[in-house]
This record gives sequence, structure tokens and C-alpha cells, in this order.
Amino acid sequence: MADNPVLENDGAAPAKRKGVKRRAFLIGGAALVGGGLFALKIADSAALKKAIASTTGAHEASFLAWIKIGADDVVTLYSPHIDFGQGSHTGLAQMLAEELDADWSKIKVEQAPPEGGFANTALGRYFMGEMGGMPALANAMPTSWVSMMARSMPVQLTGGSSAMRATGQHGFRVIGAATRLALIEEAASRIGVPAAELTTEKGHVVHAKSGQALRYGALAEGAAGRTLTSEPKLKDRKNYQFIGKPVPRIDIPSKVDGTARYTIDVAVPDMRVATIMMAPVRDGKLEAVDEKPALAVAGVEKVIKLDEAVVVIAKGYWQATKGLQALAPKFTDGGHGTLSSSSIFAAQDALNNAGKPLAAPADGKSLTGAYKAPFLHQAMMEPFAMVAQYKDGKLEAWGGLQDPLSTRMKLAAAANISVDAVTFHPMIMGGGFGRRFPDYCQIIDQIAKIALQVPYPVKLIWSREEEVKHGAYRPQVAARLQASLGKDGKILAWASDYAQKDDAAREGTVPYTIPEFEARHHDYISNQVNAFWRSVNASQHGFFNESFVDELAHAAGQDPYQFRRAHLPAGSRHLAVLDAVAKQSGWGTSLPAGVGRGIALVESFGTIVAEVVEASLKDDGTPKVHKVSAVVDCGTTVNPRNGEAQIMGGIIMGLSSAIGEEITLEKGAVVQSSFPDYPVLKLADSPPVIDVQFIESDAPMGGLGEPGVPPAAPALANALFAITGQRVRQLPIKAQAKAALVKLG
Amino acid sequence: MPIQTIVNGKSVSLTAEPDTPLLWALREELGLTGTKFGCGIAACGACSVHVNGEITRSCSVPVSAISGKAITTIEGLINTEGALHPLQQAWIDAQVPQCGYCQSGQIMAAAALLKKTGNPTDAQIDEAMTNICRCGTYPRIRKAIHAAVRA
Repeated sequence: MADNPVLENDGAAPAKRKGVKRRAFLIGGAALVGGGLFALKIADSAALKKAIASTTGAHEASFLAWIKIGADDVVTLYSPHIDFGQGSHTGLAQMLAEELDADWSKIKVEQAPPEGGFANTALGRYFMGEMGGMPALANAMPTSWVSMMARSMPVQLTGGSSAMRATGQHGFRVIGAATRLALIEEAASRIGVPAAELTTEKGHVVHAKSGQALRYGALAEGAAGRTLTSEPKLKDRKNYQFIGKPVPRIDIPSKVDGTARYTIDVAVPDMRVATIMMAPVRDGKLEAVDEKPALAVAGVEKVIKLDEAVVVIAKGYWQATKGLQALAPKFTDGGHGTLSSSSIFAAQDALNNAGKPLAAPADGKSLTGAYKAPFLHQAMMEPFAMVAQYKDGKLEAWGGLQDPLSTRMKLAAAANISVDAVTFHPMIMGGGFGRRFPDYCQIIDQIAKIALQVPYPVKLIWSREEEVKHGAYRPQVAARLQASLGKDGKILAWASDYAQKDDAAREGTVPYTIPEFEARHHDYISNQVNAFWRSVNASQHGFFNESFVDELAHAAGQDPYQFRRAHLPAGSRHLAVLDAVAKQSGWGTSLPAGVGRGIALVESFGTIVAEVVEASLKDDGTPKVHKVSAVVDCGTTVNPRNGEAQIMGGIIMGLSSAIGEEITLEKGAVVQSSFPDYPVLKLADSPPVIDVQFIESDAPMGGLGEPGVPPAAPALANALFAITGQRVRQLPIKAQAKAALVKLG
Repeated sequence: MPIQTIVNGKSVSLTAEPDTPLLWALREELGLTGTKFGCGIAACGACSVHVNGEITRSCSVPVSAISGKAITTIEGLINTEGALHPLQQAWIDAQVPQCGYCQSGQIMAAAALLKKTGNPTDAQIDEAMTNICRCGTYPRIRKAIHAAVRA
């Protein structure tokens, strides 16, 4: 904690900061060369002053820009994380309020503006610490996310289940505690008593001896002029008032009455609406298009040709859609016209099969399993939309992206103007799940280029079909898993080969004690972007590994829970989580005929999750999930009620993907186009019972947005094996379960 | 010829072309953006509104078909005194929404269900609540519907 944002406070009162000369701030670029901790010296004082000036008004005192306290006692937190329903804004506010001893009713959360002064240094340091090999963090991040971070700094990134454990734990708790000490010092000098005689309570500094209580709002300006300590003592968990409490989420009231405003809802005077058709094959280009049929449609105003797409602008979305449908554009296939999902699997299998075969044990068994996971689409409910206006050399834009600061930089690059000439308004989002990382959001480039060509503001909406066909998918991965079992039923050796673009070194491992373990990555790159899908590579590799462990258990003639137990170190957190889920689910108790149980244990993003699924087969052979039990150890849960929602949502998304979701390629193009052929689980098919329990511990805090996902698919597949005897080795399960039912007669 | 309808209790004349889906007339002409675009093919339910009390996916109904009918959107669910509908309060109490984008449609679907079936069983909820929620808020949607009945 020696090096945190608190160090950057220059102590000037906000009034003096007004009128600070705006100085060009170099974002990205040179500062990042060489990486290392140097890259984090981004909160230079000019950027900080600019950030404070842009957010702090009269009678408000800023503390390092991240929080401000008004004379009216309102405490405003500027969140560098976007909140797309995972509850980060509420959780960060709880962590700040905890250390500040704030009055919860006076806490407000605002989205931090996309300014360099609001780059998330706490997250950056956390991540750099992990790059530097800090052991506590070593298993917390997926490898591919690390490389994304390196590319995106300075960041306002939301991802990697990081808001609470990085920004909250190392940012807002620290700044809250330091600000509290400054408020105490200010009160001590006002009252004329030693600071040691003062306590804090619900937004006041209290001097019990004299019965005085000073409001934070009355102390804030003076406190902001004091030096903040960089290493304040944080509260002990036994004194928590806000952390660990089921505080209602602050964003929810606006989401039940239609007032929450998403990008797609933005309306500015004189705005037009555009929609787009992109080359069906990724990397394809627009070759030719006759614009006339679109221009003949009532309400259509303009057709714009982009490198990879054709865009129709009209008075409204319906007219733009009709205009687009009237066109017959010709696109190239970018040289990928023969690519298909099966050709990708064939190439991946060939890479995996070239991996070294595992020697059969002298006295035991060996097993091999070839596993496959398809491309997956995030299917966020809000179709992608952005709004922009280019006027007098300046671009103003609205959008919902998982990194507002880098979005602003990308808008500037696309429009070929300076970053200072771009105003970007981060909006709330109708889902994300990894879809909205600016690095692979073509819509940023598109809206900037469209805005440059028209004299009015324009809202670009991708149709559902364009979003399904041009998504940023979870990579398709094939793996070959081999293992040998000793006579005693213990795993002797494990060797896996997997083919995908990024090394999934962490996600490819298992928590079990295995004398010889090797996971070999084979580089395979298709024409698709290597994107993130909730829980990143932990979802495919969790399925592969936990299904294969189940295969080994059955081959060893052991109960799958007991087999896992026997391979986990005594006293480990993993074992505690596994035992807890077995107990909670009634593992081993009898079930109705045709219902089976499956278990799976996966650690991701620093959180250990075990799930037990009870499932049967419907008449059509598709899986029906009756109950899911989940036990979660993420160290500390900031908001257990929201944490439960995150785990439940993750389980449903994991089951949904396992049961019916896949993106396939034929002739280089995506086959699916909307919900009918990309089925997302509905209420009737989601488990009627999901029982989530948390194990609280002093272990380093783990994430919660993603770790509920990975165990769901293998636990379901293992449950189906229990009733059919058929091993699911390829997702989605749907087709195989049907075949299995036939075999059962 | 403008199309005459009643939206959230007020007479409205819509100038959108007759084939324009009700969704886009609500959103772009009337500025009622609480009703969401999700798929445009009546597959997800984000655009659900009530037409003469019946649950309707507004992305797939042309304005020509709603002439003279009464439309209720999420904005019209609050009563004239400004109080939340019992379902809206139940949604807050159960902490249902995550990203929130589908929730207007979910609440409209639940409101139509409660109007027809005062105290729906789980099976009736399964049958009526066919809107997609990608965040996976279904367990809490079910809980909130039951709670709203008790309220």
C-alpha cells in the first residue's frame, strides 16, 4: 500500500484549482513503453488538477478527484468502473463509506469522466503487482486479460471481476481512510484538542468529552488542504458496518420505472438514426453498392460506405432499416471464404494430436478425452448503439463501453483529431459480459467516421442480427486431455494439449495434487477476434478439466466427490468449498428416478466455486436442471445479496451456454442471426432452486462477477453422465443428450 | 393520416408511417424510451407493452393495427398519484434488476399476468414469463411476482 493514489494529492483547496490552465495530457503512447511500474506514473499533477476542476464546484472539496465532500455533507464518489448491473457502484460506495464512517444517506456515486486524471491507478497497480509476480495475486487474472490490460493502460477498465478486490480494496478503502484522518486532524485543530480524543460516526467527527460533533461538510475544505497519508490503517473486519451488508443497490429504482437511460435511449436535437450492414465474413470489405434503392425509401437521407460496411441514415430506425434492406451490397470474403467451425476444429485437433502422448502406467489405467467448446456470443440485451456529433472540429459522443477512457482515445484516433477535441459521455449498459471492451468494438470507429460525414448528430444502432453475426466471441477451443491412474486410484500424471490463440496457463490448471502435470498451449488463430466472454477461458477449460476429472473418477471406480477430495490438500480452501457444497446439496442422498447429480470445482479470478447440479432429460432429450447448489469462497463478500445475484446469474449463463448456445461458421460467415437460433435460457428452463452460500475468510478478496459461470457446464454434463452413462465432450450439450436418450431406449 | 390512440391514458395522434412498429413510434415519436428494442422479431420481449390490456411485443405490431386502442407502457404503470405499481415495489424489494435493460418488458409481462391470474402458480409464471434476461435475474423475478401478490 506504499504506492497509491493518495500520494498524488497536492493539497490545494478546490477554489484555487479553478482556472488552472488546461494542459495537453499525453494519454497512452510513450508512457507505456517498457511497461513496468513506470507505466503507472500517469496521474501527473496537471491531469489531476484537470480532473478536479472538471468535477468540483463551489463549496465542494476534492480528495484526489476520486471523492468530493460538499458543504452540504454530500460525499460523491467518482467510479472508474462502469456498472452494467454487477453492482460495482454500490459496492465501491460501501467500501468508501466503511473507511470514511460516512452517512450512507449522503453518499452519491457518479461515473468518472474519461479523463487521464481518472485513470484507474489502483487497478493498474494491482494488475502490475500481479505482472511482477506478487504471489497473492498470481492466480487472480486470466493471462489474456493481462495482455489486454497492458495494451489498454491508462485504464478505466471494467473486467476481470476486479472492481471490489482491486479498486475497492486498494483504492477507495485507502482513500476513505486517509480522508477520514484528514477530517479528524482538521477537527482537532478547530476544537483545539488532540486528534486521539476524536472519533468519527455517520458523517461527523465527534469529541465525546465536550459533546461536540462537527459535520464532514463543515470540515471538508480545510481537510482537503492537509496532506493525506498514503498508508492509513484499514478497519478490522469485526468493525465493518457497510462491508458484508446487503445494502440495496443504488441503481435499481431507475430500472423498474423506465427512467434508466441507456445509449440507445439518447436523443439530442436534430438527431438522425443510422443502421449498418457489415461484410458477412470478418475481414471482408465492401466492394460495391447501388445506393439508389435505399434513397428511394421515405425518410432515408444518406447512404455511407465504410471499408467493411454500408450504413443507411434516416429520420428514424425503422426507415433506416427499410433502407438498408433495400440494398444489395457486395462484399469480399477477406480470404476466409472456406473457413468453418469444423475446419477450425480439425486444425485444432491436428495441433493437439501432435502433442506428446502420455506414457501408459506399468500398472494402472490411462485415459484420453477430446473436448470441444464452440464460439459463444455474449448476447447482451441492448443492441450495440453509439451516438455522436462532429461540429467545429470537435466530436461529442455517447456510448457504453467497458473502458470509457480508451474509448475516448479510440474516437479521437478514428476521427483523426486530438483527444482533447473529444467529449465522451459514458452511459449505463444493457449488459456487456465482455462484449464491450473497446479493443474489439468496431462501433467506436464506425460512429466517428459516420459523424465526420454528416452535419447533424447521429445514433448508430446495430440490429440484433448484425450483433449476433459480428460479435466478439469467446474463442472456439479444442483440447486433448490425457491422464494415467495408479492402481490405488490416484492420478499419476496429467497432460493436456489445447489449441487457441492465447495461452490459458492459469485456466488450464487444476487445484488437484497430481505428481506430473503438464498443459501445453498450441497457437491457433482464426479470423475472429480473440474476445472475452464472462469468465474468459475459465469457462472452456473449466468444462474440459472438470469433465475429465469426472471421467477419471468413474474410471477409478470412485464417487466423483470423494475422488476430488482425495486429490485436494488437507486444510485447503478448495477442500473446504468442495465439502461444503457436498453437504449443502445432500450429495449421496437418493434422488427421483431419472435425476442425476454432477459436481464441479473451479477457481477463477481469485474465487473458488463448487457447484452441484441436479438434472434430468426432457422428453425431447434436452437437459432439465432442477436445482443448483453453489458454495463460494471469495474471501470477503462486500454485498452478499448482490454477490448472490452475481453467482446466480453466472450459473444461469453457464447453463444456458451449455444447453443451447453456439456460434458456428460456414463459408467464413456466422450461421446464427438472432435469439431463435441462438437460444438463451428463459425463466421456465432456468433452475427453480439455486442455493448460494459464501464462505467468509481472511483470504485475499476474489471477484464475483464471473466465477459463478465455469463450474455450471461441467456440473451439468457430469449430472447427465450420472443418468445416461454418456460422456459429454462437446458443447453445447443439446444434441448429445438426445443421442444419449436414444441409447437408453 | 395520423393514427389516433391512447397512450398511458392520454389521447395521442401518431404521424409515423402505418407500417412503423409501435415500438419505434413510442420511442422515437413520443420519447417513451422505457420500452426497449431487443431483437425486432418478437423473440425477446424487451419491447413488451399492454394493448387494450393484452401483453404485446411492440416491435412486431405496426401502428396501423393499434388505431383507437389503449396502450400502457412502463411509464404508465405508476398510478396517477405517482405511486409505484406493486410489482415495481416488489422488484426493488427483491433487488431484481442487474443491467436492467429487459426489466421494463419483464414487469409489463408480469403485470399482464397478475391482471389475468390474481395469484399465479410457478407453472403459470413459467408459461407467462417468456421474456429473455441475459443477466439471469429469473429466480428473483419469480420471487418478486409472488411477493407482489402478497403485498
